Amino acid sequence: MRLSDWLVLPEILPLMLSGLKVTVTITFFSVFTGLLIGTIVGLARLSRNRLLYILTTIYVEVIRGTPLMVQLFMTYYALPEIGIHLPPMIAGWVTFSVNSGAYVSEVVRAGIQSIDKGQMEAARSLGMSWGQSMRYVVLPQAFRNIMPPLGNEFIMLLKDSSLMSVIAVPEVMRYAGLMVGRKGGYALPIYATSGLLYLMLTLPLSMVVRRAERRLAKGD
Amino acid sequence: MIELNNVHKYFDQLHVLKGVTNRVHRGEVVVIIGPSGSGKSTLLRCINYLEEPTEGEIRVDGVKLNHSGTNINRVRQDVGMVFQSFNLFPHMSVTDNITLAPKKVRGVAEAEAKETALELLAKVGLSDKATAYPRQLSGGQQQRVAIARALAMRPRVLLFDEPTSALDPEMIGEVLDVMKALADDGMTMIVVSHEMGFAREVGDRVLFMDEGQIVEEGCPEELFSRPQNPRTQAFLSKIL
Repeated sequence: MRLSDWLVLPEILPLMLSGLKVTVTITFFSVFTGLLIGTIVGLARLSRNRLLYILTTIYVEVIRGTPLMVQLFMTYYALPEIGIHLPPMIAGWVTFSVNSGAYVSEVVRAGIQSIDKGQMEAARSLGMSWGQSMRYVVLPQAFRNIMPPLGNEFIMLLKDSSLMSVIAVPEVMRYAGLMVGRKGGYALPIYATSGLLYLMLTLPLSMVVRRAERRLAKGD
Repeated sequence: MIELNNVHKYFDQLHVLKGVTNRVHRGEVVVIIGPSGSGKSTLLRCINYLEEPTEGEIRVDGVKLNHSGTNINRVRQDVGMVFQSFNLFPHMSVTDNITLAPKKVRGVAEAEAKETALELLAKVGLSDKATAYPRQLSGGQQQRVAIARALAMRPRVLLFDEPTSALDPEMIGEVLDVMKALADDGMTMIVVSHEMGFAREVGDRVLFMDEGQIVEEGCPEELFSRPQNPRTQAFLSKIL
């Protein structure tokens, strides 16, 4: 490798940055829907309804027990065979939301279980329904406690979004691969740059997570 | 206003309540005493259905609790409960703790709920703590807020589950004083407590429970001075 290889940077950077925009956008949306799915499934797994419990447990085990890559291929390549065609970005978003939802549901479940039973009882004794008690009393406390693991989940998702390059989502790694192919080289500067772009996002995020952890440890 | 008819409660194999029958009238202050494990708390928790009785019948103002057509949330609005461990909502200010249920359940407007909360805080002697958070309060103060929170729903009966057992001795008095004032106002109260002084002074009737049954009951003077049942005698001789 020659030092002059790095002169390729100005040429590739604009494309990489547009890839970064896609990475951030799709991660953001996946985190949001993943959180939504995770909360609902987490609650369902605590339910006394057997059917609900069994269905959601199967969901969580299947998703956690199979590679994300397989899930991505199922959504993008297998679903069209039963007539469901999704564009790459949507396929990526759906897959990541469903995947993240399974992991988040376990975190949410643990978060709810960490809240003293007396909280639910106090809320119910005031005449609030189960749903109201969850929404106003238990969940706000649970979410405070699970901010650190949720932050880590966010970071994982951000990094894993690079997998979407295999279904042609125009994110960072997709552009990186394309450029290395087109230029027949420059792998080091291009992939190193990709890595740095992820690091730029994940480092501040993990700092926030660590601060949240410290604050919780102090019990404040 | 509260009727218990042959109430049984099992926790799996454990037979905790063995046929409890009693009646509590409006304005009455009933104190339940007895050794730990005698089922006092379980009985209290059955009255607002935090525990489901396995057998028997519980009626609040004529409404049967363990009945599929009964809206239990509706019943609980009228049956307040104060817990041993306070159970204030730690993520909310004192005022929000008190106004939450009136707003969400009774549909009371924010301003009105707040006004009521301030009145109740004055009543329990904590007017200066309206914006404080539970963790900034002492145990006695937290319990007084919990009483105010229960009162905010304007319940027809208040259940107290060992309200002073988790408190340091110097804070017990301030909570009992609030409870006394409530009793003087005519509030119907059922109190599970080890505070015999309170039972004697405020209670209209004392129930002695042992091994899941009401063994003896009577007015405090009678029960404390001349207990009839040997088990009551044994218990009282240990604690008085």
